[in-house]
Amino acid sequence: MVDFKTIEVETDLLILGGGMAACGAAVEAAYWAKKNGLKVALVDKAAMDRSGAVAMGLSALNQYVGLKDGENTIKDYVDYVRNDLMGITREDLVASIARHVDSTVHLFEKWGLPIWKDKNGGYVHEGRWQLMINGESYKIVVAEAAKNALGTANIYERVFITHPLMEGDRCVGAVGFSVRENAFYVFKSRATLVAMGGAVGVFKPRSSGEGAGRAWYPPFNSGASAFFTIQAGAEMTCQEVRFIPVRFKDAYGPVGAWFLLFKAQATNGLGENYMVTRKAALDNYGAYGKVKPVPANLRNYLMMLDVMEGKGPIYMQTAEAIKKIAESETDPKAAKKKLKELESEAWEDFLDMTIAQAILWCATNIQPEVEPSEIAAAEPYFIGSHSGASGAWVSGPKDIAPPEYFWGYENMTTITGLFAAGDASGASSHKFSSGSHAEGRIAAKSAIRFLVNEKPAKPKVNPATVSALMSRVTKPLVLFEENKDKTTDVTVNPNYILPKMYMMRLQKLMDEYAGGVSSQFTTSKYLLEKGLHLMEFLKEDSENLAARNLHELMRCWENIHRTYQADAHMRSILFREETRWPGYYFRSDCPKLDEKNWNAFVNCVYNATNNQWTFKKVPVAKVL
Amino acid sequence: MPSFVVPDKCDGCKALDKTACQYICPNDLMVLDKEKQKAYNQDPTQCWECYCCVKICPQSAIDVRGYADFVPMGASVVPMRSTDSIMWTLKFRNGTIKRFKFPIRTTPEGQADPTGGWANSPTLDGPTLFTEPQSLGLNAVWSK
Ligand SMILES: Cc1cc2nc3c(=O)[nH]c(=O)nc-3n(C[C@H](O)[C@H](O)[C@H](O)COP(=O)(O)OP(=O)(O)OC[C@H]3O[C@@H](n4cnc5c(N)ncnc54)[C@H](O)[C@@H]3O)c2cc1C
Ligand code: SF4
Ligand code: SF4
Repeated sequence: MVDFKTIEVETDLLILGGGMAACGAAVEAAYWAKKNGLKVALVDKAAMDRSGAVAMGLSALNQYVGLKDGENTIKDYVDYVRNDLMGITREDLVASIARHVDSTVHLFEKWGLPIWKDKNGGYVHEGRWQLMINGESYKIVVAEAAKNALGTANIYERVFITHPLMEGDRCVGAVGFSVRENAFYVFKSRATLVAMGGAVGVFKPRSSGEGAGRAWYPPFNSGASAFFTIQAGAEMTCQEVRFIPVRFKDAYGPVGAWFLLFKAQATNGLGENYMVTRKAALDNYGAYGKVKPVPANLRNYLMMLDVMEGKGPIYMQTAEAIKKIAESETDPKAAKKKLKELESEAWEDFLDMTIAQAILWCATNIQPEVEPSEIAAAEPYFIGSHSGASGAWVSGPKDIAPPEYFWGYENMTTITGLFAAGDASGASSHKFSSGSHAEGRIAAKSAIRFLVNEKPAKPKVNPATVSALMSRVTKPLVLFEENKDKTTDVTVNPNYILPKMYMMRLQKLMDEYAGGVSSQFTTSKYLLEKGLHLMEFLKEDSENLAARNLHELMRCWENIHRTYQADAHMRSILFREETRWPGYYFRSDCPKLDEKNWNAFVNCVYNATNNQWTFKKVPVAKVL
Repeated sequence: MPSFVVPDKCDGCKALDKTACQYICPNDLMVLDKEKQKAYNQDPTQCWECYCCVKICPQSAIDVRGYADFVPMGASVVPMRSTDSIMWTLKFRNGTIKRFKFPIRTTPEGQADPTGGWANSPTLDGPTLFTEPQSLGLNAVWSK
């Protein structure tokens, strides 16, 4: 036995995660909770100042609609998202976020986030929806407002959430453990909001040595949201809609500023622009192949066609773009000044959000104004807030959602009292950092409304449920202690598997059977069926994960979380018998878009008692 | 090893109960070797090179060496972060040096007011969030 103390926390609303969505939820919940005499608690596995995907900073706010200046309408945004996701989008959810996101951006500015301004005091746009920021301290500023609103006494940092706490089909909180001391946490709540980000490390990364940690999305977003909602029995959606970003090769530095702000083009090794030479391939994707901008996955796909034909490397033509912009200044002095400005902007883009790319450019003596740089498709990630769509199936808002998408409280999952936002909620892509914060606010207000209107009873938790969870959660430590002396090398032992090897096994499986980098993102029914068979062995072996310390115990649970995301993903790809997002994954046995049969969501539910999944198609409703 | 600690500079955060680098790393990588009173990265293969530890270290004892499986040797990128700006020094493999300075926030640390100074009192029913509609710059929240 390992010696763990139990710490119980009772609250009305429990916010899980401390990232963008959770920080939004915190400020909103604090206001309404105070008015209604309710208690709110927040749990983060890291320190809120630098936790989640914005830990390093960002260089742009990717969602700003510009409603007050009439720049765009809500419908414009909904159209953009629907097209980018090849028609598969919950318009009600996208509209809900779009109508609030500007409010969140204006708050960020008040809190101290520097947003670039033009000569007339207007925001500088990177693209139609994107604003440029000096975002090194973006997360610190946003977390500061959240902490000031909630009060540090209600915030639990360095507590890793493992499971939902269930009583029958009701979620009554969460359990987890401290990564700093032997303490098991039991959070009992009357409403719970999941915002623990997306999933990285499910697929084998391109770099498998030291660089394994250099994923585009952070390796510490490890599938906790998906696992939590899946285990709670919530209906999940778009589990097949992964995201594959095309970024500067290896360090995954951002390309947005280059494409949107500097208007650079990408070419293959022969100097051909695949967006031009491969244009005809877009005709296979119906109306989606004709929209502007071309959907992200189709842009990826055209590039991948070149790569598969051996026409790489693919280059971002940085020098050409900079030259063009500088030439637009006729006065040579002004041109020189412009060049200096552009250089600084280009480097800031990396230094604000992917410092590793700056190191790589320095190490390879790259001067973007002189030579082009390689770009490539990264490994797949699960990020419902960006250009993927995986997450829980949640209710829309009363005034926008059609009846079939509305069940009382917006952003509530199909489990009563369990809410989701950010990467945790599905089918509402392109919310990014600002929209995730706005969605956290929407979900938190809704959760408080649920508490006030429904007056759910205080959770009654069976002590046997808690003690069973505690022994399951701490089992890897016990297993290690019991078996560590049975071999002379603790890393090789037939009685257990350490989390690192378990993770590599998962990643290899997904890479080879579910269309990872080394299979050129291609899979089929046959590969998936074999992969699912191997997955059963892996799931069984997850019972034999061992941990030498609390840090490794966290790694064990991160990888179990990833496993369920992987399982849901493979099954959903298998269920959808078509290829709709060819630049995210390609099903070689159903290579075509099938608008007649598959213009629908793929939703699934997991039953934890009998380990069975059920799948269904859900029609896409046109709302705007 | 992506982030690394220079032993001569690290003072173990003066043996306080928690070190700054351990407090901040979003991936729980920085730990203190109690015997030596020096910090180290316990799993360089999971380091995101986010520089959170580098920026917070009071002794400037942490640096980053590019991932050895794809980054040629010899470059360095070093930040100096103050309360309102950050200064970066980039050293290229060929010796070139570049410096950049960017603002990081426009307000004093610690004082972000959750309301942003907007005083509204919307009702709990309906979609209006607590700073709205003023924080939108509109008279009302959009509805279908
Ligand atoms: C490299 C990169 C570039 C990007 N570029 C932009 C951009 O330019 N503009 C833009 O607007 N957006 C951008 N994004 C997207 C943006 O960061 C995300 O959309 C947003 O952060 C998602 O918010 P979230 O709250 O769902 O997740 P996150 O912000 O990642 O928060 C997840 C939270 O959950 C916590 N957590 C995870 N697991 C557990 C657990 N088991 N127990 C307890 N807590 C847990 C984490 O510590 C963290 O606090 C970018 C992201 C990356 C990585
Ligand atoms: S923050 Fe710096 S001084 Fe403190 S323990 Fe870490 S490396 Fe050493
Ligand atoms: S660079 Fe980031 S991920 Fe790496 S050790 Fe430092 S804080 Fe942790």
